[in-house]
Amino acid sequence: MTAWIVVIGTGAISFLIKVAGHLVPARWTSHPRLTRINAYVPVVLLSALVVAQGFVVKTHVVIDHRLGGLVVALGALLAKLPFPVVVVSAAVTSAVLYRWH
Amino acid sequence: MPKLSPTIRDALSVSLTVGAYGVAFGAAGVAAGFSVLQTCLFSLVAFTGASQFAAVGVVGAGGSAASAIAAAALLGTRNALYGVQLAPLLGTRGWRTAAAAHVTIDESTGVALGQAARGEGAMRTGFWWTGLGVYVFWNLFTLLGAIGARALGDPAAWGLDAAVPAAFLGLVWPRLTSASTRVIAAVAMVFTLAVTPMLPAGTPIIASVVVAVVAGWRP
Repeated sequence: MTAWIVVIGTGAISFLIKVAGHLVPARWTSHPRLTRINAYVPVVLLSALVVAQGFVVKTHVVIDHRLGGLVVALGALLAKLPFPVVVVSAAVTSAVLYRWH
Repeated sequence: MPKLSPTIRDALSVSLTVGAYGVAFGAAGVAAGFSVLQTCLFSLVAFTGASQFAAVGVVGAGGSAASAIAAAALLGTRNALYGVQLAPLLGTRGWRTAAAAHVTIDESTGVALGQAARGEGAMRTGFWWTGLGVYVFWNLFTLLGAIGARALGDPAAWGLDAAVPAAFLGLVWPRLTSASTRVIAAVAMVFTLAVTPMLPAGTPIIASVVVAVVAGWRP
């Protein structure tokens, strides 16, 4: 049930946000403070998601096989490798560590 | 092969490369416990990559539906700002405005604005070809990723549980272009882990927005 609520709720709110942008007068959204905060939101949320998905089980911070995957992903990004290589190399590393345990 | 205009070539190459990220979303959706159908519908109706990843990420972390939708909404606000910039350029009305809004994302806006030197006609072409092109490929690849992940079974055994944070790392990476964004990213990571034991599952991701508010409060 949660899954359906998330799919429909996210779909509806994402669409409404986009439509609102096309319909509201530009001056409503041009406050500099709002613009600055909004520019930081993606960096902050995506960073939070990296660690929340990489080092958390429920409400506990844990270090497990996923760390190896993330280290390899970081290396791939530093080596300027393309996105699919980043994701797949992380998955392979993590899977090997998971099975080896 | 007929010769395509440079604008359409830009649009199609962006569509294919960005659409391919859909594989990662399809896999992430299934790994977080969504069915293949739910994952595909997600891409069809929400169609805003980072928000979709965030919503399934929150659910995967054990968060509530409300937290998941809130995270997606926060990441989606930038699409509203894109719409503000695009509306005068596109000059759409009625159902065309709804269609334009649905495909208003990072890439369609980026390609449209990138065509400025080629004129307003090229900007409109760039917007529509990129928006619709990404839509087609994103949904196609979401389906492939979801079916693939379903076939694999236990997400951890195939490394999908690490592929998801790695995908987030890949999404944030190109945004870390200045010293200040790198500091903000590091602070957000530390903050999220610090509040994790104190808050309900999934909510630390939303709480991290405090970092953006503090960072952006003063110039």
